[in-house]
Amino acid sequence: MNKKKLIMVGNGMAGVRVIEEVLKLNPYFYDITIFGSEPHPNYNRIKLSNVLQGETSFEDTIINNWNWYEENNIELFTGETVKKIDTENQFVVSSTGRKVTYDELILATGSLPFILPVPGAEKEGVIGFRDIKDCETMIKDSKRYKKAVVIGGGLLGLEAAKGLIHLGMNVDVVHLMPHLMERQLDPVASTMLKKELEEQGMNFLMEKATVELTGSERVEGIRFKDGTEAEADLVVMAAGIKPNATLAQESGIYVNRGIVVNDFMETSIPNVYAIGECAEHREIVYGLVAPLYEQGKVLAQVLCGGKNKAYEGSITGTQLKVSGIDLFSAGEIYEDSTSKSIIVHNEFEGVYKKVQLRDNRIVGIVLYGETKDSNRLFRMLTEKQDVSDLTSISFLQAVGQTEANDVASMADDEIVCGCNGIVKETIVKAIQSDGLTTVEQVGGCTNAGRSCGRCKPVIQDILEYTLGDSFDQTAKKQTICGCTTLSRDEVVAEIHEKGLTSIKEVMNVLEWQNDEGCSKCRPALNYFLGMVHYDYVDERNSRLVNEKMHANIQKDGTYSVIPRMYGGVTSAKDLRTIADVADKYNVGLVKLTGGQRIGLYGLKKEDLPAVWEDLGMPSGYAYGKTLRTVKTCVGAAFCRFGTQDSMSMGIELEKRFERLDTPHKVKMGVSACPRNCAESGIKDVGIVGLDGGWEIYVGGNGGTDLRAGDLLCKVKTEEEVLEITGAYLQYYRETALYLERTSQWIERIGLDHVKVVLADRIKRDELNGRMNQTLARYEEPWQKAIENELIRDTYYTKHQVTIVTE
Amino acid sequence: MITTNKQIKIKNIHEFPVGIGQLIQIGEEEIAIFRLSNGNVRAIDNKSPHPKGGKLSDGLVSGEFLFCPIHDWKISLVDGVVQAPDQGKVKTYPVEIVGNDLFIAL
Repeated sequence: MNKKKLIMVGNGMAGVRVIEEVLKLNPYFYDITIFGSEPHPNYNRIKLSNVLQGETSFEDTIINNWNWYEENNIELFTGETVKKIDTENQFVVSSTGRKVTYDELILATGSLPFILPVPGAEKEGVIGFRDIKDCETMIKDSKRYKKAVVIGGGLLGLEAAKGLIHLGMNVDVVHLMPHLMERQLDPVASTMLKKELEEQGMNFLMEKATVELTGSERVEGIRFKDGTEAEADLVVMAAGIKPNATLAQESGIYVNRGIVVNDFMETSIPNVYAIGECAEHREIVYGLVAPLYEQGKVLAQVLCGGKNKAYEGSITGTQLKVSGIDLFSAGEIYEDSTSKSIIVHNEFEGVYKKVQLRDNRIVGIVLYGETKDSNRLFRMLTEKQDVSDLTSISFLQAVGQTEANDVASMADDEIVCGCNGIVKETIVKAIQSDGLTTVEQVGGCTNAGRSCGRCKPVIQDILEYTLGDSFDQTAKKQTICGCTTLSRDEVVAEIHEKGLTSIKEVMNVLEWQNDEGCSKCRPALNYFLGMVHYDYVDERNSRLVNEKMHANIQKDGTYSVIPRMYGGVTSAKDLRTIADVADKYNVGLVKLTGGQRIGLYGLKKEDLPAVWEDLGMPSGYAYGKTLRTVKTCVGAAFCRFGTQDSMSMGIELEKRFERLDTPHKVKMGVSACPRNCAESGIKDVGIVGLDGGWEIYVGGNGGTDLRAGDLLCKVKTEEEVLEITGAYLQYYRETALYLERTSQWIERIGLDHVKVVLADRIKRDELNGRMNQTLARYEEPWQKAIENELIRDTYYTKHQVTIVTE
Repeated sequence: MITTNKQIKIKNIHEFPVGIGQLIQIGEEEIAIFRLSNGNVRAIDNKSPHPKGGKLSDGLVSGEFLFCPIHDWKISLVDGVVQAPDQGKVKTYPVEIVGNDLFIAL
């Protein structure tokens, strides 16, 4: 039997999905030929904004790689555009003159960015946001140019703008309407979105109609109807898309806005079908992927001889792919006289939820700030579920269903804990044979999760999966350590309520299982007590070696000494002193540290007090759960780019917060301009100077959990930097788990939450008040050791004894 | 009574701090002495049995256990046995308190 010939024009997501469906139904039915204008295999266009935002690579967007086409015997012509269709004799002709005949023809030509018909739109530097090429242009231009303008404040425009900000450009977003994403969001949600995006660095030019793009060969500016102008080195047109239907139109196929199709995706011409963004179904052109996939299913059946299921249109839900923003919208956005709304607006947490009902059924959803309910509500919407039995209160409840468990599908020999090389099977067996119920116990028996701790959530899942119904939900609670059944929050609450003032008292009153605790709880309790009580007397023997010794133990038992060098600034005199000390004590290694200071390595413990005395400098705390360093760039004092005095700012921060006990180490950086030479983007607190102000980034980390900092806020003065930093650090001190870095903490409690807390003037003052009282209690530990004989005897003595023979 | 004939004597043991190791040097050897909260005194070799080594005297003391300062192993100060899941044994020295003095048998 001769196979029928199927040609598809277009090699995008919707079209290739049809082919996949056809192959699933009957892999032997067709000889398939695909023409694609772009020089790529089928890729995930939706993810392009993630590529721009640096979250994924081009390679990761490929859905069907070259092999897939080969394996399925599909003839693929990329970089080749179909120019002509002869619907009478059933053949197509491509841009290279290739002529191919068909039995069935699918048009999946997608859409084109809508380029505003204004003078200058043809200039260099004016692009759409549609394909890999556009992305590449943006990435390339961002390296040469500074200022981008995105026209269009819809989904596409905002994602493009966010991407350009990520690429380091200054971005204006021009929007014709008074509200962003007005087709998906109501004014309340839209206003919240705008505020958030402004904080992420986007600048909005609202209610502006573009009339001209200025410049010579390349675009240099943009002019609006109201006479105002903006500079632009790059203009991205994201004001909408239009179906790419020219080929169909020229070939005599009926086109309205898009290529008009019926419920079986058939066009006006026999054996020609259209699907995706180029197709118009019941007067709607869909631009989102879910409906296109539904269309694909129907068309595949039609192509394989079945017309039992018609496509009757889709209801679509929208999400914005901008990091830090949770947003979902579906159905009707605006109230009318026949609909009623349930609205929850939690300004405190920046959450807004609106559900519109008509005849007891959900007809519209807008969620902003938290979208956990989106799947559940959207299903109720699409299934037209009668909600009269449900109380509107349930709206506030979290989704009860747990997500599908990945652990079940994990292979037995898959490594769970990379640090210790522990595989799933080992953990499962340990759980079963030793009756383990907590992550801590699993760590105790197998070592899994005892190093960097990143695999702990997976171990938790394995526990749940292995124990099944017998899994005790209370065991899920993260206790401080194996000595107690209490969590961090419970212990801190008890310290407050019962007025507990020492580690011994905490352990007695809270019924600790080991009289003197362990290496996990002792340092933690010592920290918590010091956090709660300003006048707490530190229990030195409950600190681990480095903090106890105020020096960093090395693998051979010697110690390193790193004096403060505020803001990384030193002097010839100090350098001479350091050199003399290095000579005198025969230091094994003198090294510049990552935190812009000098470390002396290989010192004997008994020499430490004398070394400190000779140095005459304060401890750099390079060993502590405290402020480590404030890295700075040279800044306005010398640098031609510097807009702010970053060194002074850094020195002031370091002097203010040095010695502060924190749940884990804290690193800061101050850069004088967005070139960010002090790497403020990967610091727990990173300050970036701008013309006339400072940006404060938080939660950055350059270590185990590499994480870019989030913009907390912009402030104008140095006093405000100190104020916000103080309040932020104190809030971290009061709410973080012990040994939880700010990067993990901010993920856990949420940036938005922290923003809300810090935006409150009264709360900020209270936090700074408690911070100031805490800072008042610290003494310089090296100086103390020099002055106090008992400390020297207890911690830094080596007893020389001789053998007595009896 | 300790019967070996090689001993060291440490005077005024009651003045030693509780809950923190003290380092004793005898020639090339190092011994870590711990005065515990229950009044006992323990002496162990100042060398961790961990394959990567390390010294023990600055570890955290809890009851009759020591948490090694470098690898966080839990080690019994009574018999020197490293607690599960880790394995190993630290050399321990018999001790005896006579009056104000501590005798350690080598």
